Amino acid sequence: MSQAVSTAEDYLAAQRLANLPAVGTAWLDIRRNQARSLLEGVGLPTPRQEDWKYTNIRPITRSTFDPVSGSSGWNDQDFLESIQLPGLNSYRLVFADGILVRELSSCDGLPAGVTIASVAEILRADSAKLENLLGSALPTSPHGFTAMNSSFIADGAYLDIGPGIVLDKPVELVFICACAGEDRLGMPRNLIVGRPGSHASVIERYLSVVEARSLTNAVSEVILEEDAQLTHQRITDESSRSFHVGGLFARLGGDSRLDACSITLGGSLVRNDVLVNLDASGATVDLAGLYLARGRCHIDNHTHVVHNSPSARSRELYKGILNDRSRAVFHGRITVQAGAQQTDSEQNNQNLLLSREAEVDTKPQLEIYADDVKCSHGATVGQLDEMAVLYLRSRGIGESQARGILTHAFAGEILERIELDSLRLHLDHCVSHRLSSVERVVS
Amino acid sequence: MLNVENLNVAVADEPILKGLSLQVNAGEVHAIMGPNGSGKSTLANVIAGREGYEITSGSVVFEGQNLLELAPEDRARQGIFLAFQYPVEIPGVNNVYMLKAAVNAIRKHRGDEELDAIDFLKLVREKLKLVEMKEEFLHRPVNVGFSGGEKKRNEILQMALLEPRLAMLDETDSGLDIDALKVVASGVNGLRGKDRAIVLVTHYQRLLDFIVPDHVHVLAGGRVLKSGGKELALELEERGYGWVEQSVSPSAETAL
Repeated sequence: MSQAVSTAEDYLAAQRLANLPAVGTAWLDIRRNQARSLLEGVGLPTPRQEDWKYTNIRPITRSTFDPVSGSSGWNDQDFLESIQLPGLNSYRLVFADGILVRELSSCDGLPAGVTIASVAEILRADSAKLENLLGSALPTSPHGFTAMNSSFIADGAYLDIGPGIVLDKPVELVFICACAGEDRLGMPRNLIVGRPGSHASVIERYLSVVEARSLTNAVSEVILEEDAQLTHQRITDESSRSFHVGGLFARLGGDSRLDACSITLGGSLVRNDVLVNLDASGATVDLAGLYLARGRCHIDNHTHVVHNSPSARSRELYKGILNDRSRAVFHGRITVQAGAQQTDSEQNNQNLLLSREAEVDTKPQLEIYADDVKCSHGATVGQLDEMAVLYLRSRGIGESQARGILTHAFAGEILERIELDSLRLHLDHCVSHRLSSVERVVS
Repeated sequence: MLNVENLNVAVADEPILKGLSLQVNAGEVHAIMGPNGSGKSTLANVIAGREGYEITSGSVVFEGQNLLELAPEDRARQGIFLAFQYPVEIPGVNNVYMLKAAVNAIRKHRGDEELDAIDFLKLVREKLKLVEMKEEFLHRPVNVGFSGGEKKRNEILQMALLEPRLAMLDETDSGLDIDALKVVASGVNGLRGKDRAIVLVTHYQRLLDFIVPDHVHVLAGGRVLKSGGKELALELEERGYGWVEQSVSPSAETAL
């Protein structure tokens, strides 16, 4: 592998050479070029930037990654079967390093009025459909990785749930780091649109085929129109050598509701950005997160909820369990714009440290420009309740089992929110399995 | 069964128990009474294995085994049970889940087969009747949102399920109304037997109307000042703790 250090310029050079879909489409060319300029301007994040103060991406820039813009031909049916969630009946799209694998995808029986498609295909066939949507939920000044994603836009999932449609099955989007040992960079770009009164549930799963180094730079945009409801579950469980930068950027219309749950189970360095703009009254967002960090991994969750309109509601609970020498960052920002009266907002971040060497930086940030609002926030970093440990032990339960039960209970508050039984049981099993390796923990 | 000899215990360098001795035989019910700060709860906690207590000298032997060397879970597996004065709330853990884990940990230790969910539910339903608890309590997080009386009944339920050899009840009567007290007492009385010993730690004589002890000990200043039969409890009720302290050791009061 190359010893070269990767820079924004390297990725811009690769972008110039990439065979991207629908080049020559005027609006898309403009957007990609704007994103190029942005990346050129801000570069890749450094700890000098406030939002990256606690997350140094040097492990990423120490290597070079090849951006993937076309199919590699990977289609391992056996692997797909091995990661199937028992009992889950879903519409499914599978992506290898960000590019759709048609043979492994299945959306049979999709009701009329619903589109589940590849972004590349739509761009080639009917790009006008996406013109007013793609990029519309992004932050106004995105960081370098988001700009990089926007400069490529090679493929991803496009979901459009038509007015009033209650989708009968969840949509499962599986993103696989497929090419072992090749330092691939997958950049899926997803777009989920909930038309007025629609209901849908989407699962994004990020997985690796083998324990290899890879970089995923994924962006999902969510646009909910009046009264639409979306349950969004994002599960990051890539290899322990992988790097993952993910974004969920949403804008919510009147009386719409977004329930977003982000579960991070694996990865060497993971950064998740969430931005939710509550654009009309009655909009509700419920953000939940769970991160399990062990070894020397680093997990960073940056969330930003913006109340742009009166009478919108936001709830947020992120919980972290840190072991070994792992590190986590939580930055929860809430902005209440002038005029956004009757805002109702709560935010909480709770961390459980199972090792003396683990470290967490948690930072709530409220910016309130209205006077009739209800906002609260809280953050805790602590250990297991030793009285509870003793209580269980005094009933004959061994120490490691007692600590396991209590740690699992801490995670349970997030897991129990997941309504899909098959997904919840799978995650519950994953969490138990990861925690069972917690043999001796210090208090 | 239990032999406590000349036990000296300190908390943060402050001596709490000062040469306490106590012998409990199988089949007996003992009541340990005493004013606040006399060391009653310290004794219970030391026997259960709670951390933070420094044993400066003395011994605690249970069925020939040095109890102080055992981890709390091993004490429980040997047959010791402490009903906590303040049962701990554990959000996120279902009561039934904890109860099953506890019963199976102890069964496993005894070499019995672990109970599956169906057999366990059968067993626990039977014991629920004993403490007049509704089945819904099984599916609530351990002690979370339980009233004082419900928490104490939950302790007795655990005791009934684990069938200990030596049960210690730390102020199980405090904060209970008379109906709850009767339920708790009948739960305890149901466990009385020739192979089992029960130690009641209490401030008030009231509980002893319902669970009649064989022996009563008065604890003050970290020592057993006086021991006697059940009539000692009545005498205490009438004359107060000051009477024992003055009649036995004039210096005890200053030690408090």
